[in-house]
Amino acid sequence: MAEKKTPFVQFVEVQKTYDGEILVVKDLNLDIQAGEFVTMLGPSGSGKTTCLMMLAGFETPTEGTIMLGGRELNHVPPHKRGIGMVFQNYALFPHMTVAENLAFPLQVRKLSKADTEAKVQRALDMVELGAFGGRRPGQLSGGQQQRVALARALVFEPDLVLMDEPLGALDKNLREQMQYEIKHIHEQLGMTVVYVTHDQSEALTMSDRIAVFNDGKIQQLATPPDLYERPDNAFVAEFIGENNRLRGTVKEVNGTSCTVDVDGHIIQALSVNHNGTGSQTTLSLRPERVALDPAPGSMPNVFDAKVEELIYLGDHIRTRVSTCGDDEFIVKVPNSHAHASLSRGQKVQVGWALDDCRALDA
Amino acid sequence: MAHAVEEAGPARPLTMADGTPLKVALARATRRSKIRAFLLVAPLLLFILVTFIFPIVDMLMRSVDNPEVNEAIPQTVAELENWDGEGLPQDAVFAAFIQEMGDRSEGQRRNIGRMGARLNYEDGGFRSLINKSQRAAAKIQDDPMQFALVGFDERWEDKATWPTLDALAETPEFAEVLPETAALLRKWETGNSPFAEKTPKPETYPTLLTELESAQADGSLDRLLPLVQAENEELAALLEKTATGAGEIRENPLRFALVGVDPDWGKPRTWTIIKQVSSPITFSYYLNAVDRTYDIEGNIVMQPEWKQIYVQLFMKTIYVSIGVTVACLILAYPISYLLATLPPSKGNLLLILVLLPFWTSLLVRTTSWIVLLQTQGVINDTLVFLGILSDDNRIEMIYNMTGTIIAMTHILLPFMVLPMYSVMKTISPSYMRAARSLGANPLIAFVRVYMPQTVPGIGAGSILVFILAIGYYITPALVGGQDGQLISNFIAYHMQKSLNWGLAAALGTILLAGVLVMYWLYDRLVGIDNMKLG
Repeated sequence: MAEKKTPFVQFVEVQKTYDGEILVVKDLNLDIQAGEFVTMLGPSGSGKTTCLMMLAGFETPTEGTIMLGGRELNHVPPHKRGIGMVFQNYALFPHMTVAENLAFPLQVRKLSKADTEAKVQRALDMVELGAFGGRRPGQLSGGQQQRVALARALVFEPDLVLMDEPLGALDKNLREQMQYEIKHIHEQLGMTVVYVTHDQSEALTMSDRIAVFNDGKIQQLATPPDLYERPDNAFVAEFIGENNRLRGTVKEVNGTSCTVDVDGHIIQALSVNHNGTGSQTTLSLRPERVALDPAPGSMPNVFDAKVEELIYLGDHIRTRVSTCGDDEFIVKVPNSHAHASLSRGQKVQVGWALDDCRALDA
Repeated sequence: MAHAVEEAGPARPLTMADGTPLKVALARATRRSKIRAFLLVAPLLLFILVTFIFPIVDMLMRSVDNPEVNEAIPQTVAELENWDGEGLPQDAVFAAFIQEMGDRSEGQRRNIGRMGARLNYEDGGFRSLINKSQRAAAKIQDDPMQFALVGFDERWEDKATWPTLDALAETPEFAEVLPETAALLRKWETGNSPFAEKTPKPETYPTLLTELESAQADGSLDRLLPLVQAENEELAALLEKTATGAGEIRENPLRFALVGVDPDWGKPRTWTIIKQVSSPITFSYYLNAVDRTYDIEGNIVMQPEWKQIYVQLFMKTIYVSIGVTVACLILAYPISYLLATLPPSKGNLLLILVLLPFWTSLLVRTTSWIVLLQTQGVINDTLVFLGILSDDNRIEMIYNMTGTIIAMTHILLPFMVLPMYSVMKTISPSYMRAARSLGANPLIAFVRVYMPQTVPGIGAGSILVFILAIGYYITPALVGGQDGQLISNFIAYHMQKSLNWGLAAALGTILLAGVLVMYWLYDRLVGIDNMKLG
């Protein structure tokens, strides 16, 4: 972000509590640029949906302000915010046809009949449901309902569209297909999207930036590659992708690297987020970055391991080994000729680079 | 390949390995579970059959069933078939009628009593007419001529007639012209003797008639008449009249006898009514239930104005039911909305409050309204105390239509709340949110998005309340007073007081038909599939 524009959506020190005892959202600061696709990702109860609801106007922040396009939103009722929203269960009005559903936001904005019809048809065509205008939502499949909900949130051309786990009810294939469709529509129309999900692959597929929520706080706000490659803390490392965790004590810190004692094994790691020498730390290591039987001297960290379990997954073999006192250590072995002949109980060596092993908070 | 060929051929019924068709095998396999399922529902089926279906069918039958006249006087009814309706019926009708009316057996007397009651619905005088004729019929059978004479001219019943004639019988002229009569009259014990008889020997009547007839024929009567005239002018006129009519009397003695019992039997109208009522199936109860009746020609006409009550009553019942339904709807909608949107803990508490009236005796609830609404009741007292009303200006809120509507609305309210609540509970709050996010203000969102989705609940609640209200009995009976009575109160009246079960059944059947029509209309307008009762 070289150019510093005024953000389109701004959460400024927002706090939210429902019962006056527990903060559901704690000191939230979040800037979203116009045209950006930002995903709020987190486990249930992490406060991500509450944030979305505050932005949509269905919940009021207990403290702090929310800005939209430079305007303070706190006291603007939901219907005057001009924000499109796609709900988890679609919330298509069951007593209206698809076309009536789409016409609804235009009618309440008092558009002329001809304009309304044209826009409805255009929106339906966009989601490839041009011929379904006369049907009731109940006569559509889940995927079709999803598209109608999307078209309805877009038909009045809002600058900001919120999506609250819109693909949660779809089966896996359809979900993936819809992810691409939503991504393409976003690229095509260029509106700002705030997307809430608990599915990390969905977030990684679609987003420009991802805000990982836990315990009412944003744990990390970063682009998908950053988030995966360089998690700031143990939670993000664990939540995004698969992860080997090794608990140990920091022995020594040398600039950006450090040495960690894990169950008597000394491991070289990247020093990211710990409290200095002598403190507890969790080492995070992606399974695909672990090499089996590396060439001697090629890696700083090489340890003996024993194969505990082999699971054949087609493109790779998921291998569980015990090493460094951890028998849940996962290694993803690519299904190539080199490692075709592992067997249970076999003694091997595992090794990894310093940069791939991050010392995070305990 | 053989398999493929077989499939391509004409469809053949699938069979089991042993050759039994698949359908038969399936039926055999499921028979046991079908029998078991049937046995499980059998007690309920039997119960419903005995306590619900059968009574309703019986009730429907009663509204057209018309056995009373046919059971009491079957011969007469059969003879009436041959009557063309012009003038009086033929003599055979009278003969059969008197014979059947004269049967003093226990069963027949009961039948005749029922017939009297039945005929009384058609015309007010019938019960006493039948009772009177029943008493007389046996006697008529014994001495038809005596009654025929009396029926021909009631002077034959006068106290003075026979003694005067008896005195004249002593004269030689009398004995010459009417010898047998004179002889019989001489045998009549009159005076103060313990064997004294009020009327002459029964044989005297036919004898007198025969002799009068022949005396007039041979002219000898003309010699006697001046003599009688000298003694008693009226008697002479009577004798002459009787002599002239003697042939007719002897031909139709029973007709004259019966007319003698009551002149109504001489009116064709009486017999027309009997004939109309004698058919085993009648629609007169239904006509009666809509303020119509048959006139003497069998045309359907309006009842006389003072007897028209039921049409007005039906209309009133429908208006009250609609009123109560609308009142329930207006009151229940916000409550149901609140119940459905409150968090469950508070919502359940409120729901209990709504259901509380269900657990209280109907009688207690109704009487508590009396306590509240009566002229000296809580509400009036409060208004007077607050100075809103003056003491002599208290509002009449009970024992009239107001009381009926208030109490019925209260009692039927849960039937509106529950279906609406159950429908509203299924409406996700996300619909309203979606509408708001799409730019609708709260009012538009409510009217265009929320309300249409509550229609199934409104429909179910309304039809339930309306159907219950239209047949409501106990509350109008207790708090309705004079003008707060509904159709069901009159059905009960005819069941219990007037014992006109046929009319009660007809009123009930019309009510049932009305409800079914409502149901049909609802199905056409809203669709029964859209109705949710919970």
